[in-house]
Amino acid sequence: MNNPSLIMIIVSGALINNVVLNQFLGICSFLGVSKQMKASISLGGAVIFVMTIASAVASLLYDYVLEPLGMDFMKTIIFILVIAALVQIVEMFLKKKSPAVYKALGIYLPLITTNCAVLGVALNNVKDSYNFIESVTSGFGTAVGYTIAIVLLAGIRSRINEKDLPRPLRGAPIVMIAAALMSIAFMGFSGLSL
Amino acid sequence: MKQYIERLWNGLVKENPVLVLMLGMCPALAVSTQAANGIGMGLSTLAVLVLSNLIISCMRKVIPDQVRLPAYIVIVASLVTVTEMLIKAYLPSLYEALGIYIPLIVVNCIILGRAEAYANKHTPMLSVMDGIGMGLGFTVALTLAGAIRELLGAGTVFGLRLLPESFSMTIFIQPPGAFLVFALIIAVMNAIGIKTRQRQLVESACDGNCALCSTACESRTAEQAEPAAELKGGEQA
Repeated sequence: MNNPSLIMIIVSGALINNVVLNQFLGICSFLGVSKQMKASISLGGAVIFVMTIASAVASLLYDYVLEPLGMDFMKTIIFILVIAALVQIVEMFLKKKSPAVYKALGIYLPLITTNCAVLGVALNNVKDSYNFIESVTSGFGTAVGYTIAIVLLAGIRSRINEKDLPRPLRGAPIVMIAAALMSIAFMGFSGLSL
Repeated sequence: MKQYIERLWNGLVKENPVLVLMLGMCPALAVSTQAANGIGMGLSTLAVLVLSNLIISCMRKVIPDQVRLPAYIVIVASLVTVTEMLIKAYLPSLYEALGIYIPLIVVNCIILGRAEAYANKHTPMLSVMDGIGMGLGFTVALTLAGAIRELLGAGTVFGLRLLPESFSMTIFIQPPGAFLVFALIIAVMNAIGIKTRQRQLVESACDGNCALCSTACESRTAEQAEPAAELKGGEQA
């Protein structure tokens, strides 16, 4: 993958290396929130929003502050603080400027601070030495992948009737089995060699 | 003395972070491709957890309540950075295998969850024991899952060949195998009746909110545990 094009980055982030089903980031909210379809869509929207901005900010910070100062080792601390602060700012901004969006995404924004997918993408962008544009694209693509996965799982879960299941499988196990089947399906995308 | 042992038991079995509380699932699913990786990840997390519990417990009267979460995050992130550097220097092969999941210990729900639920209310000694118990619970769960996946997927355990190569089902060391193996381990635990509060299991991933979940979550499970027990009794009758 020398010099990957931006479309490739999106497809790879959203489908081939799906952040949830392939890289296991953001599992907590994936399993927790997917109970309801509506909530999943809102959370997906919030994640797309935050992850894109967070990738942009983290990329700028890394390229213009951490790298020149030789403080590469501080990236974990800096990124997590920046993401936490960013989520707060976004929340305040939305509350003030567009209450409608805030109402739809609001309660999910604080959840995102501890969503390891956001930090994971920021760190992965650094690891793959993406430039600013590539980082933003990768953040967006990954978030789209997250949204696809959680909305699909929510759809599957709304069809599962727990009463039909053997008792030990009710609750978490059946959800994870559904996730496993989704993961198998997503493995098919690895055939899209770019 | 008794309460210290109780802490260990609590972390290992009663409130096993992965299998019962469903916290820290991301690294658990991701690195359990081999038993050895499971141990490595488990012990790294254990080290961070014990130290962060100790520091947070010592500083619990100094940290103002309003800024406690940022303060915890800084403490945990510093410890994780130190751990990452140590692993990179002394265990380069483990560093390669665990990759991005080492820095991601920062956002492991178990660590902030224990800080919030336990360390900021209890003495340093008890908090350390709680950290050891939880860390061991995490390690055991990861190693168990790693061993099962390695055995089914590659026919080996800790690199020791137990099954001939032709038996390997590679799906188990690929991503779907992680979901499948954890689902089955949890199902088995449910079946043999360890109180996993299965109704709350998925919810107790705290709807995805790891840092803020712990306290609310504990009271919620406590509230729901009793009706659930009644329900079970009613069905048996």
